[in-house]
Amino acid sequence: MIPSRFVSLWPLPALLAALLVPWLPGMPAFWVTLANYTGISAIVAIGLVVLTGIGGMTSFGQATILGLGAYTTAVLSKYYDVSPWLGLPAGLVVTAAGAALLGAITVRLSGHYLALGTIAWSVGLYYTFANLDLLGRNDGIPGIPPLSILDVKLLDGRASFSVIWIGVILAALATNNLLDSRAGRAIRALRGGSVAAASFGVDTPRARLLAFVYAALLAGSAGWLYAHMQRSVNPTPFGFYPSIQYLLMTVIGGAAHVPGALLGAILVTTVNDRLQDILPRLFGARGNYETIVFGMLLIAVLQWAPNGLWPLIARVRPRRRPIRPDAARLPLRTMPPAGSALLEVSGLRRSFGGLVAVNDVDFGLAAGEIVGLIGPNGAGKSTTFNLVTGVDTPNAGRVRFQGRDITGLPARGIAEAGIARTFQHVKLVPTMSVIENVAIGAHLRGHASAIAGLLRLDRAEDARLYAEAARQLVRVGLAEAADRPATALPLGQQRIVEIARALCLDPVLLLLDEPAAGLRHHEKAELAALLRRLRAEGVSILLVEHDMEFVMGLVDRLVVMDFGTKLAEGPAEQVRQDPRVIEAYLGSVA
Amino acid sequence: MDSTILLILLQDGAVNGAIYALLALSLVLVFAVTRVIYVAQGEFVAYGALTYAALDGGQLPGSVWLLCGLGVAAFIAGLWQGRGQTDAGLLLRLGLETVLLPGAVALLAIWLAPLKPGMLVEVALTLAIVTPMSPLLYRIAFQPLADAPVLVLLIAAVALHLALTGLGLVFFGPEGFRAPAFSEAILTVGPLTIPGQALWIGGLTLALMVALFGFFGRTLTGKALRATAVNRLGARLVGIPTERAGLIAFALAGFIGALSGVLIVPLTTVYYDSGFMIGLRGFTAAIIGGLGSYPGAVLAAVLVGVAESFSSFWASAFKEVIVFTAIIPVLLWRSLRHGSTEEEE
Repeated sequence: MIPSRFVSLWPLPALLAALLVPWLPGMPAFWVTLANYTGISAIVAIGLVVLTGIGGMTSFGQATILGLGAYTTAVLSKYYDVSPWLGLPAGLVVTAAGAALLGAITVRLSGHYLALGTIAWSVGLYYTFANLDLLGRNDGIPGIPPLSILDVKLLDGRASFSVIWIGVILAALATNNLLDSRAGRAIRALRGGSVAAASFGVDTPRARLLAFVYAALLAGSAGWLYAHMQRSVNPTPFGFYPSIQYLLMTVIGGAAHVPGALLGAILVTTVNDRLQDILPRLFGARGNYETIVFGMLLIAVLQWAPNGLWPLIARVRPRRRPIRPDAARLPLRTMPPAGSALLEVSGLRRSFGGLVAVNDVDFGLAAGEIVGLIGPNGAGKSTTFNLVTGVDTPNAGRVRFQGRDITGLPARGIAEAGIARTFQHVKLVPTMSVIENVAIGAHLRGHASAIAGLLRLDRAEDARLYAEAARQLVRVGLAEAADRPATALPLGQQRIVEIARALCLDPVLLLLDEPAAGLRHHEKAELAALLRRLRAEGVSILLVEHDMEFVMGLVDRLVVMDFGTKLAEGPAEQVRQDPRVIEAYLGSVA
Repeated sequence: MDSTILLILLQDGAVNGAIYALLALSLVLVFAVTRVIYVAQGEFVAYGALTYAALDGGQLPGSVWLLCGLGVAAFIAGLWQGRGQTDAGLLLRLGLETVLLPGAVALLAIWLAPLKPGMLVEVALTLAIVTPMSPLLYRIAFQPLADAPVLVLLIAAVALHLALTGLGLVFFGPEGFRAPAFSEAILTVGPLTIPGQALWIGGLTLALMVALFGFFGRTLTGKALRATAVNRLGARLVGIPTERAGLIAFALAGFIGALSGVLIVPLTTVYYDSGFMIGLRGFTAAIIGGLGSYPGAVLAAVLVGVAESFSSFWASAFKEVIVFTAIIPVLLWRSLRHGSTEEEE
């Protein structure tokens, strides 16, 4: 395998190639033109990687966004004598505004609403382009000035090649940077389920919006390149069909990988060109045969290679991450003194229709304690847990944490208050390594913005976040697994990874949802030992379980629930003798 | 604008709205049962319209060959999906539904088309040719993806739309067609003159809705479809074949699409690619209705129809823009009302 420090140097030879390749003697002009279109498509497709492959959303309107960027610079440079170079920032402002508007109203809804919104806006904007006098209606705007450097006009296709492919390299670099930053991890965390992401303080609608706007910005800059290369714009390439072609590139190449977008762009652009040439000769001029081929191809790829071609060619694995143990530690919370009241739940109630799942439940937890919330299936434990963690809202009752009322706060607010949790059904991001997953837990302890991430201004902070993640992995005893794909670990270790992720929040209270479920005997023993060790280090823990054996030797106190009500509360041994508890677990002795 | 124009626009909108309502209903149905957002449904409108127009002209419609081709493709896809399976009954059923049925319809069409058998037979033949394509496409495109996320299904549906539009051009050619109205009668009510075709459209829409209501409320198949819509796994556990449910939902959508096409081709010239824009309006209505509510979709469809007729009166060039951006405030409202939704994969 090639050492990673060489891999990270790829931009240099790529840059050299972008500047030199078109000028190679004997390079057919036709190939240069094709490569220019490929480059523009690749930029759009890279944006779709972030949106579709990584963020799990999609857009059927990327070509239209490209059109926004293209028309903006066309109007400014042709009619207002603005320098073509200023058309880029202007186009980006317009595309960002449009995307933010459409994004803001759809990111809170299920993913497909965004996609549907983009179909509607794609069709709507297309007809706007085709009917506005300012934009030249269906004829568009001809005679757009070319880009120029020091009064030298870049009229030659080979000059465009260099500009476009430098753009592709920048887009790929920026995207890699973004995905490797705190904001990018938030986008990637969406794939592990938004509840999990929100439980570590990720503002999930905002992460979605970021992905959408970022993809739009790349499409907008591609539009700027397109306008000045083509030197004329008309509505045709900005409609619904070209938009689907960009999506096709991303899906064929491998929706979750930046090199896949490049591969997809090359394949689709070349094949499209060939098909437009060959098919009419085979079948006669009547028909858009390439749309038939592409439509069927897209369905075939979705059925047979849903992850695209790139993972079939290259071995995709999370990259090894060097840790800087010398990075300054992140600031720590001041922990409450042992024995002080931490969590106070009073009169908590939640009903679903006629069923009262949690019926006026009270219990408390003091700092430094491990408390087990137990009960048979259907006792209301999980509902109680959801009410405390902000996943669900109670109908009545209060949850106080460190004296502060946190009832009804969203999951993100609960995380901010200092409560971290794990999940009964492990929610790790499959495409991320163990340490990257754990680093998501430290999301709230970092502050770097997406822009800082894009420009690599966040490295010092990111090193601290990763050093913290590494420290927590050492703490739970999984340091060697740091660079393995998270879901390659056995279930027991995945649960431990979740605990490390929770610890990364620097929590005052750790909430564990059935941590022993599905574990083998020795795994349970290791988990119990870990929890004891954490308690000794001052962590307070509330765990929901129904495995009595696991809980008995571990907890300081037990809260027993049955049919939504609290049956008993107290030290484990005492609760075990309680006849009502015995009855609930074993049935009444008639 | 005087009240006569107002009434005419409202009437126009209501007639179009009725068609959109039918489309919206079937979109909601297909989405509920299979989670597919059936973007390609619009193509069935175009196919239905062009098939009917061809039959009306005594021609054998190109869609007959498309039907046969899809049947063979679905047969091969079915054999591939069921490889290693030796249940003769299933194989027989596959052959029956993918090869024999389309073949029989094709022979019937070849025999009847030159005879110009009259409106009623032509409509029935159109429905018989176009409707089966939809479940065939379900077998080919969606059945292997049955457990994929909504987003993947949506991308597949858009891809299918792309392919079907291209196929439409191949099998119907680039020319637009129009067919004579079902009835030339004109009803005068006060200042309004209602053409017979509008009455046909309104009447058939209502009849179809009542029929659907009865189907879902009273028949076992209808109830099974509803159960599948609520919970696929649960439905499977109680013995409902959910793939069958998908086939039925797609067949209904194909039927409704083809019928809508037959109903509108006397009103407007239909081209091979006209279906998308018509389907998209049904779609807008379905989304405004929340993709889950049948009455909501119908109401929204009528609103879309009226919005369309008014915007084509005031700003005809921006008709499409107005109709499709209408979706945005609705999404905003839904977003503010619902808050966040969790979508697990």
